[in-house]
Amino acid sequence: MTTASTASTKAPKKDRPNLNERIADMPLPLKVVLWILFAVFLFALPLLNIPFITTPDSDFGGVLFTVSTYVLVALGLNIVVGYAGLLDLGYVGFYAVGAYTVGVLSSEHGSLPWIWCVPIAILVAMISGVILGAPTLRVRGDYLAIVTLGFGEIVRLTLINSQWLGGAQGISDIPRPPGAELFEVPSIDWSTGVPVVDLDSTTIFLKFGINDFIPYYWLALVVIALVLVFDILVKNSRVGRAWEATREDEDAAELMGVPTFRFKLIAFAIGAAIGGLSGALFAGKSGFINPQSFELLLSILFLAAVVVGGQGNRWGVILGAIVVAYFPERFREFSDFRVLVFGLALMLLAIFRPQGLLPPRRTLRAKRADERQHVLEEGEASV
Amino acid sequence: MSDPTNQSPVADEPTDTPATTTPAPTDEVTEINPDVDITPEDIGVPVVAEGERLLEVDAVTLRFGGVVALDEVSFHINKGEILGLIGPNGAGKTTCFNVMTGVYQPTAGSVNYLGKPLGKRHKYQITKLGIARTFQNIRLFANMTALENVLVGVDAHHSTGVVTAMFRLPKHRREEAQGRARAAELLEFMGLDGKADELARNLPYGDQRRLEIARALATSPQLLCLDEPAAGFNPAEKVKLMELIRTIRDQGYTVLLIEHDMKLVMGVTDRIVVLEFGRKIAEGAPAEIRDNPAVIAAYLGVDEEDAS
Repeated sequence: MTTASTASTKAPKKDRPNLNERIADMPLPLKVVLWILFAVFLFALPLLNIPFITTPDSDFGGVLFTVSTYVLVALGLNIVVGYAGLLDLGYVGFYAVGAYTVGVLSSEHGSLPWIWCVPIAILVAMISGVILGAPTLRVRGDYLAIVTLGFGEIVRLTLINSQWLGGAQGISDIPRPPGAELFEVPSIDWSTGVPVVDLDSTTIFLKFGINDFIPYYWLALVVIALVLVFDILVKNSRVGRAWEATREDEDAAELMGVPTFRFKLIAFAIGAAIGGLSGALFAGKSGFINPQSFELLLSILFLAAVVVGGQGNRWGVILGAIVVAYFPERFREFSDFRVLVFGLALMLLAIFRPQGLLPPRRTLRAKRADERQHVLEEGEASV
Repeated sequence: MSDPTNQSPVADEPTDTPATTTPAPTDEVTEINPDVDITPEDIGVPVVAEGERLLEVDAVTLRFGGVVALDEVSFHINKGEILGLIGPNGAGKTTCFNVMTGVYQPTAGSVNYLGKPLGKRHKYQITKLGIARTFQNIRLFANMTALENVLVGVDAHHSTGVVTAMFRLPKHRREEAQGRARAAELLEFMGLDGKADELARNLPYGDQRRLEIARALATSPQLLCLDEPAAGFNPAEKVKLMELIRTIRDQGYTVLLIEHDMKLVMGVTDRIVVLEFGRKIAEGAPAEIRDNPAVIAAYLGVDEEDAS
């Protein structure tokens, strides 16, 4: 093999950087501007009423809020499953703990405002994570999955059977997040084929009402941004490395000085806290919660979001959550078939992209480094 | 950090006379000197003078049900030496490692480190005290980069937690900078510079073995335990490894070496302990071991070298 032929076959791959690399190569000011534009777009999304993207059969603001809670949950579960490698099948339990903490404190047995309940809900969920994790994180793999599965069901059954927690009827009259009515934001109307500013259909900034769910979506976006920043900061530190080392080889990690149990517990507690936070958001938006909102299926869907997106990659699991939460809503017209189609899509994904839609970026980067190495080695060999 | 005057990548080193049985003279070693900046004082463990006892295996017995894996094994390791631990397959060498690093608790007897018994410490605590190891079958963190693998080792002496990392407190920044500098040094020392960003599982076999040593060194050990580091190496690579082990010792580390390759063991070690069926059958300088009839009968008599 000659050097020329090697170069001609390998060079095009190197010259075509992917999206990530293109973003990384941009100058900082451009990156900042793009990020701001992207954020503005996300906030404006429910008002733009873009054809095809907007759900025809259900309120788009509400759908976007649901998608946001899935994204939030997926980010939390990704820390547990993706980073620390702990299979958690009962994540909905923490979601329920968060929602019910808000429900109990603000409506059923107290009258605290919603905003006060949120930090308490996070704390209670975190404590429940530690209580569940402390004894069970000593077991591994399959056993942990079974124990967490049980936890999710125990929470749900407790909710049904405890009258103190509202029983099967659940808790109603949960207060909304505090808001203010500052100004109205118009939406865009596409009914004529061209976008027209529609001044009749507006959203009040920032009124958390019962008809317009767009402000809840905005709130969820802000929370997601905060959780993302937290995720990035913690992942790129000793803590994140310890999680990954534990996931890769728990015994080796321990022998390299990682207190694996402590870090697994930390991952579990943080995951639970984020789950509880999403539950608190959900309770604040719906105003009414009952045990049926926290079925086992939800745990499976949360996990599906993480796995579909690519566990271990925060952008991947966000995409996964959007896929899992958005598409069934968008294609509601196929009503009975949508679960079937969803299942089929998951199967195809498992066959063609077993690592998820967006596997951890490093895999790709390392693959490219590997290719470069091959080119170098072959080049040397042929000289 | 490291002395720039004697830098030269391992790959550029001449690999002359790989067939010689005697070890290459030490002046040929042109490895990079890492600035070993974590000292026993930093970690808070007592300093042992050169030649003093660092670790003592005291009449350790380990039973798995009816199987006696180790039977009253006693030996010690002096600070600054390279001790070889040899024996036929199944003699209990790796088991001995596992007892020393806290993977198993001895059924009877004790392992004393720096004059105190290790007792029922967690594995990570023993690592923090200064005993590091590699594995017979490579056990790197496969989906982490080479740099991250080493960083995990350096992190053993760090204490950044979630809150410190979340707010990017000075401690996080200090530890991160120190860790990255040290990890880069160690990668360079092991000839892995330029491969920092590669996933461990994508590295060639020899690099993986060296990365394991780098990761173990990153925990700033006083005692480095190498479990068959030359397994799967060709003769030239083994010669290079011998030089490397000697360099590591010259940096101030004490080395315990399990190895099948007799040439390597005889060439590099100061003393050798021989195990057979979980019992110590001989101990002494390489020359003594070579002539020891019990060892010859148990180990050298069979054609082990060709088998491995």
